[in-house]
Amino acid sequence: MRNKSHIGVKYYTIKEITGPLIFCESVSGVGFGEIVKVLTPSEGEKIGQVIDISDEITVIQVFEGTSGLSIETTAVRFTGETLKLPVSTDMFGRMFTGTGEPTDGGPNIIPEKFLDIHAPTINPCSREHPTKFIQTGISVIDGLNTLLLGQKLPLLSGTGLPHKLLASQIVKQAKVVGEEEGFTIIFAAMGITSDEVKFFRDDFLRMGAMGKVIMFVNRAEEPAIERILTPRMALTAAEYFAFEHDLHVLVILVDMTNYCEALREISASRLEIPGRRGYPGYMYTDLATIYERAGIIKGKKGSVTQMPILTMPDDDITHPISDLTSYITEGQIILDREMFKKGIYPPIDPLPCLSRLMDKGIGSNKTREDHKQLSDQLYYAYAEGKIVQGTALVSGEKALTTIDKLYLKFMERFEEEFISQNYNENRDIEDTLNIGWRLLSILPKPELTRIEPEIIKKYHPNHGKN
Amino acid sequence: MSKKIIGRVSRVAGSFVTAKCMRGSQMFELVKVGDAGVIGEIIRLEGNVAVIQAYEETEGIKLGENVLATGKPLSVELGPGLIGQIFDGVQRPLTVISNMFGPFIKRGVETLALDPKKEWKFNPILKKGVKVIGGDIIGTVQETSLLNQGIMVPPNISGIIENIYSEGKYTIIDPIAKIKTSKGLENIFLMHTWPVRKPRPYKTMLPPTEPLLSGQRIIDSFFPIAKGGITATTGGFGTGKTVVLQTLAMWVDADVVVYIGCGERGNEMADVLNRFSKLKLGSSDHPLMDRTIFVANVSNMPIVAREASIYTGITLAEYYRDMGYNVALMADSTSRWAEALREISGRLEEMPGEEGYPAYLASRLAEFYARAGQVKTMGTKDRVGSITVLAAISPPGGDFSEPVTTNTLRIAKVFWALDFALAHRRHFPAINWFMSYSEYIPMLEPWFAKVERDWQKLCGEARTLLKEEEELREIVALIGAEILGDKQRSVFETAKMLKEYFLLQNAFHPVDAYCPIAKTYKMLRIFLKFYDKTKTAIESGVPLTRILGLPIREKLSRLKITPTNEFDQVYNEIDKEMNEQFEKLELKDLEEDKI
Ligand SMILES: Nc1ncnc2c1ncn2[C@@H]1O[C@H](COP(=O)(O)OP(=O)(O)OP(=O)(O)O)[C@@H](O)[C@H]1O
Ligand SMILES: [Mg+2]
Repeated sequence: MRNKSHIGVKYYTIKEITGPLIFCESVSGVGFGEIVKVLTPSEGEKIGQVIDISDEITVIQVFEGTSGLSIETTAVRFTGETLKLPVSTDMFGRMFTGTGEPTDGGPNIIPEKFLDIHAPTINPCSREHPTKFIQTGISVIDGLNTLLLGQKLPLLSGTGLPHKLLASQIVKQAKVVGEEEGFTIIFAAMGITSDEVKFFRDDFLRMGAMGKVIMFVNRAEEPAIERILTPRMALTAAEYFAFEHDLHVLVILVDMTNYCEALREISASRLEIPGRRGYPGYMYTDLATIYERAGIIKGKKGSVTQMPILTMPDDDITHPISDLTSYITEGQIILDREMFKKGIYPPIDPLPCLSRLMDKGIGSNKTREDHKQLSDQLYYAYAEGKIVQGTALVSGEKALTTIDKLYLKFMERFEEEFISQNYNENRDIEDTLNIGWRLLSILPKPELTRIEPEIIKKYHPNHGKN
Repeated sequence: MSKKIIGRVSRVAGSFVTAKCMRGSQMFELVKVGDAGVIGEIIRLEGNVAVIQAYEETEGIKLGENVLATGKPLSVELGPGLIGQIFDGVQRPLTVISNMFGPFIKRGVETLALDPKKEWKFNPILKKGVKVIGGDIIGTVQETSLLNQGIMVPPNISGIIENIYSEGKYTIIDPIAKIKTSKGLENIFLMHTWPVRKPRPYKTMLPPTEPLLSGQRIIDSFFPIAKGGITATTGGFGTGKTVVLQTLAMWVDADVVVYIGCGERGNEMADVLNRFSKLKLGSSDHPLMDRTIFVANVSNMPIVAREASIYTGITLAEYYRDMGYNVALMADSTSRWAEALREISGRLEEMPGEEGYPAYLASRLAEFYARAGQVKTMGTKDRVGSITVLAAISPPGGDFSEPVTTNTLRIAKVFWALDFALAHRRHFPAINWFMSYSEYIPMLEPWFAKVERDWQKLCGEARTLLKEEEELREIVALIGAEILGDKQRSVFETAKMLKEYFLLQNAFHPVDAYCPIAKTYKMLRIFLKFYDKTKTAIESGVPLTRILGLPIREKLSRLKITPTNEFDQVYNEIDKEMNEQFEKLELKDLEEDKI
């Protein structure tokens, strides 16, 4: 082979096009993962990536889809580069496509750097473990499933449930107690409708927050394959602002279900052996390369906190998308259709929810010393109330003991007063905890087995009374 | 040495590289791919073509780049300096890498697992002229405050000591002895290497005889582990597998703990590293890290290294077992290992078995678990060492009928079934007391009987009480609570006490996190005694409400958070008060009867 560079040369060597893939003759010097420009007379220039090279054939995955391409007229041009995002502080307030091009009519940004969108793994020894409490002002989250700085905590929702509203409330209210600087929001939309994009954008504008927001948007009508890049673009920007500009970045990824569907589509077009329910066997690892890009690095001031949102197909939490997500993220907040039907907002069923990092971010000096025990007791009482409710449904109220009835009453009021709150209501952590105590006082004190007597003495509203 | 084999890249697809001109290389041989020197392992040979799985990212590798065969399979360095370290799945030292290259892991970095410059004080034991075989300890190095490392003749060497160096400081690459073997003189170093996929030899496997105490009440009483045993901690996301394994890594009575984070979260590793580096072992002054080794291959590190990580971990464990130590190995999670296997197999276009896993999943699992056990180790003198494997399994959708769970349960003797329902109501450890089991109970019975004669009997009674409660619950759900008399209600109430005050154990409470075996026993005894007394009282006509109003109940609830050094005294007081309070109840009843 001649030792001439392949870079920049146009090759008309395509042999086959299937799905998002182009098969062409191999060219010496091309590297695995290299970015390719796909040139067409009708569709302009598209971006692709080398996903398989061998002496015989090179396989290119085209990000913007292959519709309109023909074997004869399409050329490929290798760039010698891997996929990079130009970054700069000019990005604030701007909206980009899923592949990182400005899409709001504004000027191109003048890059300070080009960053590889596949960031290397953070060395576990260099990670600072999260310990700082983020107050979202929402009681079920702050009180029972506390979010910490640097955590990845998804909202698992269903179609038609108000996860967008909840996400926007969190964006509006989230703050790190004791820090002046608020969050920088990086918003990645995968396969959502223009209406939904508008909902978020209008909301950010209304909050006056647009100056702290960067949006990466891949709409439902845009090629599915671009969705594979969108979260990675967003996270690359997030890491840049967190680790090079000391900012606290909150990344919202919506909707990860669409991302996973795109992954499945591509896998099918590559004729790979499917894993569970038709999703690729490597979906866990692939999702991990997205979700694991959250956290804090020792010696750096900034942080990346992630809130992925996904709509569970058929509200099924055991579906691979929600299951694998929860296996990777540090807990999950679940929006529940039954709660929604009852008219509760936010319709969060606390029982299957979890924040794994919670314990490290609450307690004295952080929230309040009684927080953990109170939360454990509320959990126990609510679960007990649900069991009683089940018994009552089967065998009627008469089957209930006096204590059972109190648990039932607790459960109902807990849903009304603790879980329910207004979309505009921003509750302080003190308020949240106090509501919890007020509700626990429905139960006789000996029932409070998860709270130490000293704590009961100090915080129980009826202490001293009988 | 045979001549160097240098092939060239003919295909790159994901983490798989195909190389030509590789004739003469061997299966599982380690290779360096391309200009970046990406490390990989040969997993298929066909003619002169080798298929290589890379331990690092393959991005940028070009056709025609060189592939260098190293002549050796993936091996680990074994010697002083392992304890206290954090390695990746192929034994690269992550702290060293973090100090040298910053917070992000770069590929192609070549670092030695053990520090070649560090000097260790070597104390020779054997003398010149002694006949030695593989496994014989020729001297020792105090590796950490807790661990005296026996420097062994490597398994494949035997002969007569020609020379042994005197007490003094040596690095791991200085020779410390020479042995005259049938093949000539062999230098012995503080360190030797061993291929990870090859089990280290031992003399004989011994049946388990002793429990591995965990300090967790439900485990030590209901579902005990044996030293040399295999346990499966199984449950859906968030049910508490990692917390159980980390808690055990902190408290088990093993000499060495190898903790493998296999395809799990980075923040979780950061947290456990942070906590362990600050903690002392039990009530001692020794840093916990002085008996701990971490292997961390988190979920977004290359899957091929994830697949290797459990072999790396168990080889380190075998090394300490061979010195006669009891090693506990935690693997969180073996499901992620199996998925790596599936991914690799899929890329090789092998015929998929159940759920896409390769047909050899079961045999690979069996081979891995066969490396656990209590053994008589190699060497002239008899030593006994053990490896206990504690594996987490993460079944998709929490469904225990999937292949990794079912194949593991065919081998594991202890099954802790973690339950969503318990976890949701924050009952931890969420070990379901009906589904879980330990097949070691009969083997360990003699040991426990030596601690307390009625140990097994008490455990049996407690489990019966829980069973009775469950049955009553089913009845109540059908026909309501009205039909229950005081006697049955008392089952509910005492079962609740047992669950809340005994089985529930907070891994993050300074006192509750660890419960010594004597305390577990006494707690069990006193709760059952309360139950007995309740039954008797009810039979003699005392209403249950009065029993539930006894002040002793509050004291019982606090027993678990009573510090160990005060425990016996508090226990005796409670025992006495409980007797008195029940006596009074019955007296009062008698008096009322008279009136
Ligand atoms: N023994 C315990 N004491 C107190 N809290 C616990 C205990 N076990 C589990 N938890 C709580 O449950 C959470 C989830 O536990 P853990 O991370 O161990 O689950 P897991 O089974 O490993 O989940 P995954 O499979 O997703 O990794 C913890 O973050 C902690 O809040
Ligand atoms: Mg875990």
